[in-house]
Amino acid sequence: MSKILVVDDSNSIRDMVSFTLKSSGYQTVEAQDGQDGLSKAQTGTFDLVITDVNMPNMDGITLCQELRKLASFQYTPILMLTTESSTDMKQRGKAAGATGWLVKPFNPDKLLATIKRVVR
Amino acid sequence: MSIDLSQFIPTFLEECFEGIELMEASLLNLEQGDEETINSIFRAAHSIKGGAGTFGFNHVTEFTHLVETLLDEMRDGRRNIAHKDIEILLDSVDCMRLLIEAIRDDCSYDDSKVIVTSQLLTATLNNNSIDENIVEDTTKDNENTSNAIADDNLTHWSISFIPEHHLVQTGNDPLLLLNALAELGKVSVTANCNSIPSLVDLDATELYISWQITLITAAKKEDIAEIFEWVEDDCQLVISNEESIDKKPAEINLDIANEADELITEKPTIEAKTKVKPNVTNDSSLQKPKAESGSIRVGVDKVDSLINLVGELVITQSMLSELGNDFELSKVARLNSGLEQLLQNTKELQESVMRIRMLPISFAFNRFPRLIHDLSKKMGKEIELLISGEQTELDKSVMEQISDPLVHLVRNAVDHGIEATDVRITNGKPEKGTVSLDAYHQGGSIVIEIKDDGGGIDSNVILAKAIENGLVDESTSLSESQVYDLLFEPGFSTAKTLSDISGRGVGMDVVKRNIQSLGGRIQIESTLGVGSTFKVFLPLTLAILDGQLVKVGREVYIIPLITIVESLQTQEALINRTSGDMVLYRLREDNVPVIPIYKLFNIPAQNKAIKNSLLVVVEADGQKVGLMVDDLLAQQQVVVKSLNENYQQVEGVSGATILGDGSVAMILDVPSMINMALKLAKKQQQNNIVAEEVIH
Repeated sequence: MSKILVVDDSNSIRDMVSFTLKSSGYQTVEAQDGQDGLSKAQTGTFDLVITDVNMPNMDGITLCQELRKLASFQYTPILMLTTESSTDMKQRGKAAGATGWLVKPFNPDKLLATIKRVVR
Repeated sequence: MSIDLSQFIPTFLEECFEGIELMEASLLNLEQGDEETINSIFRAAHSIKGGAGTFGFNHVTEFTHLVETLLDEMRDGRRNIAHKDIEILLDSVDCMRLLIEAIRDDCSYDDSKVIVTSQLLTATLNNNSIDENIVEDTTKDNENTSNAIADDNLTHWSISFIPEHHLVQTGNDPLLLLNALAELGKVSVTANCNSIPSLVDLDATELYISWQITLITAAKKEDIAEIFEWVEDDCQLVISNEESIDKKPAEINLDIANEADELITEKPTIEAKTKVKPNVTNDSSLQKPKAESGSIRVGVDKVDSLINLVGELVITQSMLSELGNDFELSKVARLNSGLEQLLQNTKELQESVMRIRMLPISFAFNRFPRLIHDLSKKMGKEIELLISGEQTELDKSVMEQISDPLVHLVRNAVDHGIEATDVRITNGKPEKGTVSLDAYHQGGSIVIEIKDDGGGIDSNVILAKAIENGLVDESTSLSESQVYDLLFEPGFSTAKTLSDISGRGVGMDVVKRNIQSLGGRIQIESTLGVGSTFKVFLPLTLAILDGQLVKVGREVYIIPLITIVESLQTQEALINRTSGDMVLYRLREDNVPVIPIYKLFNIPAQNKAIKNSLLVVVEADGQKVGLMVDDLLAQQQVVVKSLNENYQQVEGVSGATILGDGSVAMILDVPSMINMALKLAKKQQQNNIVAEEVIH
């Protein structure tokens, strides 16, 4: 089953995303910020990374850039969780190597439907 | 499929409160204005907004969005951080707290403040005419909603999807996109493989295939476009409606826009209606249930140490039960060491559990920067707040109950303590007044100091007022501290005019009562023209105390180890008697009054002679005294049991504990013992005078 890395500094959002994914049979690993996410990413391979943008220590954009430098994450789908639906944020995400974005607020069904576009 | 998210709401609310607190604290510091601070405020608002939307608290999202937009402008440097804006943001933080509290307590709230503040926010935003963000965002939301209202008419769509070669390198997978399309309706796909190069030139990380898709679906164009949302910059994509080719695309767009417009205007009114209703129907719920928080946030390290200890306990237990399986006398030594280990484990476990209830006092102090900020604005006084000792730990329940009295004392310091700016200047004081909060442990208690550099307390004014109110007789002579105590009498107020800030009917008498009900006391020090210090002494009710066990007669007492300076055996040459039966002991440069405990508590003792007796020198409030005891016993940690709860407050005793043999031992309250001794000495002196008069 696909393994997904969930990076968000908000416990509730992280729990909610993780819970939703698990309830659909995905395996998840949680990280509380970009720094944590990066170190957890190095512990194995993932089929998808879902990360918040605004986080302390290391933001999602930087995380994305760092992940793309790792051989095992070169082509891994990376989705940004963001409330900023402006094109600016999308461009920055894309430039950093993000695969796509999820605009908050989203409900669990939408989350599941959306990630199907990048993960089996 | 529907997933129940309600289980995450408590966590979310807790995070919101944390975020709100962080925003408030940072906003107060923002006046210096650095990027990191504004970023952290923005992040907090952003998280609250995102979470609120996810959990369906749309009114919170809407409100926070305004806040976030304003913060975003500040963050980007599009807007200068003006004082006025910070005030608005502080008000907004209050509103957010109000909204979140209403969700937590499941009750309605006074929405007038929220409405006013959001109007203010909108006005501020419009001033800079950067409000397109709001429009853009709401449009987005409504596009999503409009999807749901898609009609059932099936449409034939023709989609041409020609990806750039690098598309798969972004992590996108065309096959999954096609699968997603298939979920919308009936799909037929033709792949165009013409541009696949020969094997030599082929790069495995590049994509050379393009697709032509026909889709029969009830979904709208936006639904289809949304699937390609992440790749639209990395491909050539044409989505056309086969059936309505005659209809101009522009028109379709226009329709959608109109629809969205309608929804925008409609949405808020619907929201408003639904939000207002509960207000009307259950007015009674406006009375908020008082939030005695039932949960404690505990540092992971504390929990880890608990788990660690429980682990050790389990090991000890299994060792002991194995020993018990076939016990012989030869194993007594092992049994003893096992029991000793058990004792150690239990003690440590107890300590750790107690520590969980202890919180740094910063929890209570954190509200003061805001309070001072608001008060100084309201009073037109410039005030600086200094906080120290915020890491001092205090029992959670004590903390919750001391909060309000502290607020009152701080208010008083600002209102009555600090003088008006012009008065300060004439008196040659710095223009800015200072209020400082400090907390520290002293003996078995925690001391909270509220200090101001204001005008001080004029004891003459108090006395005059007290006489006027009939609280004291004109003829009685009172010491300074006795005069200050008058402040705590019910119905005493020196404020010439009742201001909005103090004098809300909650008097100092309530403050004192609250503190006393916690088993604490309050003490005032003041110098006219220099300032006043209010010291609140609170017991650590649940705390474990390091104590020295001493014996007097048949009683065992516990002296808090922290108060003890040294213990010694008296030498006759150093004993000095003064008039009034007071005995001083020369301790290097100091003359230390000797207090025989047996005399103070009026109990029998083995040794009544001061010569060669044991003296425990203790210090409290900068005053050293020697407590005369019969014997020094062990030092040990004791669990403080409040006398107040189980019996009543007793002078000279701060609490009691149960010793290993089951007997009860009193914990001595050194400062109040000093007071007792002074009184006793005075009485004795008076008696002597009376006696002398009788003789003459």
